Amino acid sequence: MMKKREMAWRVVGSVAFAAVLLASASCKKNSGPPNHGFPEGSEVNGWVRTGEIRTFAAEQLSDYIDGDAEKYLQAGVKSTSTADYKAKDQTQVVADIYAMSSATGAQKIFESEPAGTAKNAGVGEASRLFKQSLTFRKGEYLVRIVAYQEAPQLEQEMVELGRAIERKLAH
Amino acid sequence: MSDGHGKSRREFLKNMAVGAVAAKVGLLAAMEAGASESAEGKSTVVIARDEQLYGTSAKPEASRVEKLLDRAMQTFYRSDDPVTPWKKLVRPGEVVGLKVNTIGGPGLSTHIVLVEAICERLQQAGVKANNIVVWDRTNRELDRVGYKITNTGNGVRTVGTDSKEVEYEETASEFGVVKTRLSKLLTRTCDCMINVPLPKDHDLAGVTMALKNMYGVNHNPQDLHENNCCPYIADLNMIPAIKNKFRLVIADAMMACYQGGPMFSPEYTWKYNAVMVASDPVAIDRTAWQIIEKKRAEQGMKPLAEVGRPAKYLAVAADAQHRLGTDDPKRIRLIEV
Repeated sequence: MMKKREMAWRVVGSVAFAAVLLASASCKKNSGPPNHGFPEGSEVNGWVRTGEIRTFAAEQLSDYIDGDAEKYLQAGVKSTSTADYKAKDQTQVVADIYAMSSATGAQKIFESEPAGTAKNAGVGEASRLFKQSLTFRKGEYLVRIVAYQEAPQLEQEMVELGRAIERKLAH
Repeated sequence: MSDGHGKSRREFLKNMAVGAVAAKVGLLAAMEAGASESAEGKSTVVIARDEQLYGTSAKPEASRVEKLLDRAMQTFYRSDDPVTPWKKLVRPGEVVGLKVNTIGGPGLSTHIVLVEAICERLQQAGVKANNIVVWDRTNRELDRVGYKITNTGNGVRTVGTDSKEVEYEETASEFGVVKTRLSKLLTRTCDCMINVPLPKDHDLAGVTMALKNMYGVNHNPQDLHENNCCPYIADLNMIPAIKNKFRLVIADAMMACYQGGPMFSPEYTWKYNAVMVASDPVAIDRTAWQIIEKKRAEQGMKPLAEVGRPAKYLAVAADAQHRLGTDDPKRIRLIEV
């Protein structure tokens, strides 16, 4: 009888331990920027998030950007979150937030890319605005907003979305 | 004795023997498909261009894409009508796989309009619609670009390897330094494969087109990126299921990317307005590399080798151990139409 009770407790203990481990692993897998950094509804004018927010831990990053993942891994990426947005004029963009282990990592990626004809959008600590994309860094975060096609007001719209993301990341 | 990659010399030689047999089989298939391989042993690469492809739209016009495809295929196969080339390429009853590239999302992936045109011509050549399988790594990537996922019914099938009814082989295939599990779509479903990539800059390999597109048929592409993906790309393409089922490259060069790839970087993407065709994947990749280098130079950018991204896998793919094609410009017959 004692043996059965002892065994039952051991099973309960093992299950509880496994549950804690799983919960811990799950948290690690989904760890991203606070609130994901993606604005919703009234937090950003003119943009609507479409679809779910997806978060990739460092070891899963190649599932999202195979071939491009290596440079982020070398710069110390912890996780990457991504979401699609649609503007009033139906322009679609994808917003990616790379959470690095330090601001140096975000800076390293940002500075490794050519500035070309980019303008400074005044978003984050440094930014590059092209006709169809906005990249900026803020602390340990590197943010990219990429549009699938050109549109008349796109640059300004991307800047507004970028600023909304920056505000979310600050909280 | 080790070959330097942790494999025994015997294993290495065994793989080399298998590779040599596969190379013969692959060469025969390529010769059968690629009627335009010239007598002097050159590999033909056709580039068909249409500067009005997009008109004033953000998307290429379907009717122009169809004509562009026909022009490229008819030139490659020296045919006066648009269906004959496809009858030389495939046989009725075969299950034909179209390996597209959708990792770049809606902005930089194989255009659906080109794939639809290929499917149309394949059916006119006698291939049943449900014997055509359009595929890539994941349903999500295909869906995001706008491909409609369907793996049942009488129509053309479109499906990712991550579908529960597909997945990867349980047993690994290997050649050289590559050990990997392949998509069952390639190993079990398809009798042959048409590679439908697009020319892009690649952050590690330098250039990605036909050979690198095969990173979408195996379970562990993330393990094959060291040393500018060399010799991984060449070795992967030597695996018999890939090498033997490959028939033709029809490259979607309507858009191309010269920096910031393989993901979509709109500021470095341009309309090249072309469809390219070749049965030699190395020759067409070398041609794509030159197109990208030319564009980089025009934009005042350094050559890929000077920024640490030499496309050195091309020379390995052409070497005596691989013989996947030629990277020698003197042996590439480039036809622009």
